[in-house]
Amino acid sequence: MTLLFFYVMAGTILAGALGVVLVRNTVYAALFLIMSLLGVAGLYILLSSEFLALVQVLVYGGAVMVLLVFALMLTRVHELDKKMSGDQWPLGAVAALALLGAFIGMWTQTDWPRDPDQVTLVPFATIGDALFNRWSVPFEIVSLVLLVALAGAIIIAMQEEGER
Amino acid sequence: MEAVWADIPLEHFLVLSGMLFCIGVYGVLSRRNAILVLMSVELMLNAVSINMVAFAVYTAPTLFIGIIFTVFIIAIAAAEVGLALGVVLRVFRNRGTANVDEVSALKW
Repeated sequence: MTLLFFYVMAGTILAGALGVVLVRNTVYAALFLIMSLLGVAGLYILLSSEFLALVQVLVYGGAVMVLLVFALMLTRVHELDKKMSGDQWPLGAVAALALLGAFIGMWTQTDWPRDPDQVTLVPFATIGDALFNRWSVPFEIVSLVLLVALAGAIIIAMQEEGER
Repeated sequence: MEAVWADIPLEHFLVLSGMLFCIGVYGVLSRRNAILVLMSVELMLNAVSINMVAFAVYTAPTLFIGIIFTVFIIAIAAAEVGLALGVVLRVFRNRGTANVDEVSALKW
């Protein structure tokens, strides 16, 4: 049952990802990306990390996708007649397949350790506790990075005086 | 619900995330539109997150460091998308294109 759920989610993720890199229409690519990201959220539930699944749907499925679709609309790039992949795509495919071969070779050769402790669910309160106590300094740094990045994005994208 | 590794070996998750990462690599290398390149980068970040969470759950479930790390990855990814889209909009306004192979002023 769990294995079946895993395979359904894996199929969703990989089909969505292939759609993102292969379809010609950019808006369809964005929709395929949503499908892939929601599949990843399902995988997080399978790995008993409900908090991450919620964050995934909220941040990726909501905020990031809205940003990407807005940028697609603003740059008006859904020209269906022009080709969407560069001439270098066979080299890209070779590089990606070689990387995949190396990954699978390494990962199946290695004997991974297993922790005998079985924790099936990390409660939200425990995650919050760890995030704000043990990991509070990285947490603050990440929030600062986010603030600076968003301020920088506004400044970069802002219309300059006398432009247009 | 019984523990997940009663049914699924860790390698399943690793191979899945490897496939997702390589599809992202292919997208970054072959797509022309900068926004589609960004979407492929999102795929790669998600592959890394799957890896993190799978390792956290399988090898150290009481520490859940991988889960904390994935929260950070998601925050950085959001910052990266916001900033990169600002740059893409700027390039589009100055050059009239969002295709990465037409923006070659810095090419040697």
